[in-house]
Amino acid sequence: MQTNIILAGVGGQGILSIAYVIDNAALDAGFHFKQAEVHGMAQRGGAVQSHLRYGDGPIHSDLVPTGRADLVLSVEPLEVMRYWHYLSPDGWVVASVTPYVNIPDYPELDGLIENLAEFGRVVLVDSSLIARAAGNLRAQNMVVVGAAAPLLHFPDSTLEKYVEMLFAGKGQKTVDVNIRAFRLGRAAGLFFRGLVDGGLSIPDAVRLCRKIDPATVDPAHGPAWAAAIHGDRQLLEQVLAGESTVPCDRVAAPA
Amino acid sequence: MQREVLLGDEAVGLGAIHAGLSGVYGYPGTPSTEIFEFVEQRTAGSGGVHAFWSTNEKVAYEEALGMSWAGKRALVCMKHVGLNVAADAFMNSAVTGTNGGLVLAVADDPGMHSSQNEQDSRVYAQFALIPCFEPRDQQECYDMMIEAFDLSEELALPVMVRLVTRLAHSRSGVATREPRPQNALHPTREIRKWTLLPSNARVQYRHLIDKQPELLRRAENSVHNRLTLAGRRGVIACGIANNYFLENVDDGHDLSVLSLAQYPVPAGRIRRLVEHVDDLLVLEDGYPVVENMVRGLFGLDGVRIRGRMTGEVPRTGELNPDLVRSALELPPHATAHQPSPSLAGRPPALCKGCPHTDTFRALNEALSEFENPQVFSDIGCYTLAAFPPLEAIHSCVAMGASIGMAAGAAHAGYRPAVAAIGDSTFSHGGITPLLSAVQQGVNLKVIVLDNGTVGMTGTQRSMSTGDALDHIILGAGVAPEHLRIIEPTPANHAANVQILRDELAWDGTSVIIARRTCLEAIKRKAS
Ligand code: SF4
Repeated sequence: MQTNIILAGVGGQGILSIAYVIDNAALDAGFHFKQAEVHGMAQRGGAVQSHLRYGDGPIHSDLVPTGRADLVLSVEPLEVMRYWHYLSPDGWVVASVTPYVNIPDYPELDGLIENLAEFGRVVLVDSSLIARAAGNLRAQNMVVVGAAAPLLHFPDSTLEKYVEMLFAGKGQKTVDVNIRAFRLGRAAGLFFRGLVDGGLSIPDAVRLCRKIDPATVDPAHGPAWAAAIHGDRQLLEQVLAGESTVPCDRVAAPA
Repeated sequence: MQREVLLGDEAVGLGAIHAGLSGVYGYPGTPSTEIFEFVEQRTAGSGGVHAFWSTNEKVAYEEALGMSWAGKRALVCMKHVGLNVAADAFMNSAVTGTNGGLVLAVADDPGMHSSQNEQDSRVYAQFALIPCFEPRDQQECYDMMIEAFDLSEELALPVMVRLVTRLAHSRSGVATREPRPQNALHPTREIRKWTLLPSNARVQYRHLIDKQPELLRRAENSVHNRLTLAGRRGVIACGIANNYFLENVDDGHDLSVLSLAQYPVPAGRIRRLVEHVDDLLVLEDGYPVVENMVRGLFGLDGVRIRGRMTGEVPRTGELNPDLVRSALELPPHATAHQPSPSLAGRPPALCKGCPHTDTFRALNEALSEFENPQVFSDIGCYTLAAFPPLEAIHSCVAMGASIGMAAGAAHAGYRPAVAAIGDSTFSHGGITPLLSAVQQGVNLKVIVLDNGTVGMTGTQRSMSTGDALDHIILGAGVAPEHLRIIEPTPANHAANVQILRDELAWDGTSVIIARRTCLEAIKRKAS
């Protein structure tokens, strides 16, 4: 077994914190691992990436070869496209759809989501929405780790242990916020896939997820939402047109 | 046995600590910075290891040499171009030799991720006639440091450990050993050895030459230089290149392989390989050092030698597993997606609200009355002002070069000659050219961007900031009325432009200090 991940984002988004959590989980599990990262100039708001590899046999190259990545994990939608040629033919993308706009020619978000939808093997979460619900916008990186957790090879408890260690120096409140971001992100990712596997288009699933209160998301309701919308397209339009977010269990008990 | 998650840089630092280190020296520079920082943090409070950033790499090297002279083990670390600054002390330390173990850890930057060139420090090791280790992974970073210190004391020579960016900044698990105690204070008494008057230097240089067969013997017998003879196609893989090679072959391959990690180049092992194969691919992350040695001027009869010089591997840039794959003539892996062409780039930029932005806005405006003005600059965050929207600086060559180059341009009659340099870069390499300019009364305007820290490499301590900076500048002879201090903020813009204009109008050496703390430094202090 060997897993190759490209972590992507923009300098300052906390890519190295994601790496810390996965690195230590890998070490904890007794895996071999290597993780190459970017320091220096690019960290000033430039595109940054980290190559992370773990497995039960020795890892040779610090860099993931083109075509060998199992996962591109990005805190930002545009950055996925800088690296997806690294993906193997059955590789996955886990990404936030919250754009990080610090360049004048940032593309249209809808077009980016369209591109990701065409790719298909994606788990998309709105990290800013979820991080805010968890208590701090800065926790977006942990949202994305949570969303990726089901594709990794560690128990959630191990990943959470290292989220806790990572933030331990910053006080219990920060730890709690980040653990919450991790859990909400995990639920959001699974819920999203439930919608898509239930037949909802990826852009629709992204739209719907934005309208569901992140704190209430329960992956178990995903298929029900997909089925309900499949039966009655109006339901989706209704929810999207609403002013505020709706609780996730509304589909089970419509208001 | 303990295991720790460490960057290559950190593994170098920990290896040094466990080898009985007494002092770490260096100047911050990507990708080497984390070596020093790791030692500093790991030994903080214990009082056992001297750790204080030096003003520049030459000073760092000399301090380390002094520690060695006193019988203790010293580590000096820097980036590749830093070794140019330290080269005088470095080259001559091979002639004096050492007392306590002296290891130079130097991090090269193939691909120039954060550098002006991709010079290969193995050439320096060869030039100075000293041994060099080139670790392949984090574990070897740790282990080779311990070995390098022992070897240094045994041969009484400085030893180089050469890293590349990719290893310096890659993490892995590292198994560690029991620490060795530090050496006792034991200053050398061999005065002649350390006093390189020509008569002594000739003797010492002869000693250095006489040691060379022993160095070669060590490399020949090194467990790190592994030769496996198999088929008629051969590969030499140096340092990290070996990982990229292994990534692309499975256990059953039929290639004859020499994996190299200790220099001088083991000629005997290479001869055995060359005599066995008729095709030889040389893989190096850096200059084609070994490739060119094997080929010589005229090549080898009956063996096709391939590598960076023949185009199988690109002549420039960082090596990676894909390049090695194609050099091995293996088909590329299938991928899920083609690379996206014409994707919006995301270059690095100054932080929002960075004081440099306000300084350069004011400077741009003050210079706008000149035709096509150009500003000589230096190395730091402010180099990013070369990009739009500021486009405020027009050169960046070497640490401190802004002042000397602006002076030279002024000598040639260029007006206005303006240099922009950070406070730490000024202490590193800006003081001496300023002194020179003042002595000559050059019409030169030096903007010192005093943000109180070394911003680019992670807010390390600056040697000349605040009052200390003012004193140095006045001490260099700048007229007090032409040392101007401004606070670069949007609110002060008009006043700052006026001050700059006034100084630009004066025919002499002025220094304008733009003083406001780096935002990142404020953030780090708060957290
Ligand atoms: S780190 Fe400091 S000096 Fe560098 S861009 Fe940011 S604020 Fe400016």
